[in-house]
Amino acid sequence: MLASRLIAQCAMDRGAFARTAETIGMAQRGGSVVSHVRWCNEAAAIPSPLISLGSADILIGFEPGEAVRCLPYLKAGGAAVVSVNGITSAVASLSGRQVEASVFVEYLRKAVPQLILIDGAAIAEKVGSAKTLNMALLGAAADLLGFSAETMLDALRKRLSPRLIELNKRALEEGAMAKEASI
Amino acid sequence: MEHILLMGNEAVAYGAIDAGVSFVSGYPGTPSTEALETVARLKPDGVHVEWSVNEKVALEAAAGASYAGARALVTMKQVGLNVASDPLMSLNYVGVKGGLVILSADDPGPISSQTEQDTRRFAQFARLPVLDPSSPEEAYAMTRAAFELSELFRVPVLLRPTTRVCHACSAVERMEPTPLVKPSGFVKGKEWVIFPRLSYEAKKRIVAREPELAEAQRPFNKIDEINGDTPALIGVACGGIGSAYAREAILNLGLRCRILQIGAPNPFPEAMAAEFIDGLECVLVVEELDPVIEDGLRPLMNGIPLHGKRDGVILVAGELSAAIVESALRTIVPVRAINGGGAKESASARKPIAGSEDVDSAERPVPPVRPPVLCAGCPHRASFYAVKRAAKGRKAIFCGDIGCYTLGNAPPLDMVDTCLCMGAGVTVAQGLKQADPEAYCFAFIGDSTFFHSGMTGVLNAVYNRADMIVVVLDNRTTGMTGRQPHPGTGESAVGESAPEASIEAILRALGVASVRRANPFDVEEAIETTHEAMDEKGVRAIVFEAPCIAVAKPGKPMSIDIARCAGCQVCVKALGCPALSFQPSPKYEGRIVAHINTALCTGCGLCAQICPTECIQPIDLLCGSGGGGL
Repeated sequence: MLASRLIAQCAMDRGAFARTAETIGMAQRGGSVVSHVRWCNEAAAIPSPLISLGSADILIGFEPGEAVRCLPYLKAGGAAVVSVNGITSAVASLSGRQVEASVFVEYLRKAVPQLILIDGAAIAEKVGSAKTLNMALLGAAADLLGFSAETMLDALRKRLSPRLIELNKRALEEGAMAKEASI
Repeated sequence: MEHILLMGNEAVAYGAIDAGVSFVSGYPGTPSTEALETVARLKPDGVHVEWSVNEKVALEAAAGASYAGARALVTMKQVGLNVASDPLMSLNYVGVKGGLVILSADDPGPISSQTEQDTRRFAQFARLPVLDPSSPEEAYAMTRAAFELSELFRVPVLLRPTTRVCHACSAVERMEPTPLVKPSGFVKGKEWVIFPRLSYEAKKRIVAREPELAEAQRPFNKIDEINGDTPALIGVACGGIGSAYAREAILNLGLRCRILQIGAPNPFPEAMAAEFIDGLECVLVVEELDPVIEDGLRPLMNGIPLHGKRDGVILVAGELSAAIVESALRTIVPVRAINGGGAKESASARKPIAGSEDVDSAERPVPPVRPPVLCAGCPHRASFYAVKRAAKGRKAIFCGDIGCYTLGNAPPLDMVDTCLCMGAGVTVAQGLKQADPEAYCFAFIGDSTFFHSGMTGVLNAVYNRADMIVVVLDNRTTGMTGRQPHPGTGESAVGESAPEASIEAILRALGVASVRRANPFDVEEAIETTHEAMDEKGVRAIVFEAPCIAVAKPGKPMSIDIARCAGCQVCVKALGCPALSFQPSPKYEGRIVAHINTALCTGCGLCAQICPTECIQPIDLLCGSGGGGL
């Protein structure tokens, strides 16, 4: 949610009109969470907060299986930025239908030509917080989104309490570096 | 003024503050909760903000504030409006003084509600105005306008955004605020006391004012000609978020058409609707939930085809989308109209990446199912587990209620046999026991739900000599909606200290002689306590006390001593904890062993207590013993 609002904030700071749609409530209890972000110069060009299937420019996946689940939103020629670390599903574990994260990563490699993979867990360990995966992914996606590091930092300052800025800034930077390594 | 990125619910809060609101009450409920939370967070000077114990109480308190001239906002979700319906119906007859706006957020889908009811229908039933924003920016403007409308007609005004407006963010322009409306004070008069004679006169007034009300609401409705100047043959009537989907679909198709967007559907804007219909060949109605606009248009159609929910062109249940509207338009509109309009990019032209590449979509691995589950470390899991163990082998019915603990119905716990509405677990159990005397009847109810509408049910049980076990799952917060305080928490909506209600004392005062308290994370104690309660007769209660993981500081995670793990899977299969799974261990030739996700584990220790080989221990104890990871 924070990630989607930061993207929207960046877009607004550059003079665009932005919309997001978020999943809040029941879906957060271990369920899939999907946020949509759209921006455009004119509000009338994006009446709906929801992105139609097959029309997203960029997909940011916090988990490989979830990235695959949302892949139908991505348009042909679209790009994806995905963290390779899987999150096990308690229910799938119960029924014994657990699928390895690598299976999804391999599929993404084949399906998405413009793919950036980052090791979110490694970055989290380096930065010292598992909660900064969102920033690492945004850092890796910054170029695709068309936002400079400075724009992102400004947005971060607008939406986060000052004591969290340094940590998140480092995650942004690590994400950007991980992206270079990925290519 | 400045543009700020606001969520729909935040926009309602800012709208109310900028309209000079001075009394805000409500009860949490998705998707409405953030509206009141935002006012509580901003804490504007001179504004009273409270989480009331339920929606009826919230509305009545706000009515009082309005009687004395204050502008008041009441927030709830659509099913909360059912609870508040008693004061609402009467309040229309009595009328208000200070502007009174009721946010009742609808939940198409439903995504997290019991019903897919439509507040616009409720407004028709109650003969009240209702404003239906299609975006956060409109929610801001409509909230402000709703206070004006309320004062102009001395009527409570409903504001009903839906989930995709409440939980969407957009750039909202804040306008110059109205100075805080200072309440003029209560002026005594006959009009504040509802009596049959007064109601008769009021009913006549309510009916008579409708044309005037419709006229005053004209600015909330509009007709737009889209894509060209040639006479439009196709009309799209829409409301709420349906308007956003309709506009997007029309944009994508490049369709020449006329739009009627209705933001104030009650009373139905007949004059504008007639103007809209004039010259059209057919009309599609795009709205979620009930066919309110469609039914309003039908008598005005004069034989022109009207498509929508009644003929199945638009889904009768669930959420809509631009794609759904596009395909609905394709079924009713001649192809020439679409192709002639210079489509931007139609649904068929948009191709998803999966399937358009060399990779066959049949190869696509199926992502794991992820239904919502009780969090790792959730005390409800422990309570359910203890009662399940205690009741094993005996006939028992487990009545559930509304809250996180409704999720206890999922396997492997499978501990919610009934769930109806707030507070109904306690009362349904009473009837069940009468009609099925052999069964032990348990009623699980959360602390916030207990205060909301559980107490009257307990009193009824005591008075009518019911035979049941009330199990209060006291996690010291309103968990499902994201951790709001309530009378048991000792904290107010704005974070100040408040008198702390004791659930045990309330139960005793209601006449429950047998009340036990237990820590659900002590498995033996919790089972024993349940056994004791089961062996008694009459109304008895157990209060399981352990804080929600969202309010308690997590402990150190647990760890598995791999060498001792037998791979029996008892922990996973009995508890269904999201921090527990089974994975092959590289250290032990791929043997399947338990695995703990230390990022999720709060160290509640429930799994450690039920592990037959005692291989689960706090992480500290295992360090250096060769346990640890895989």
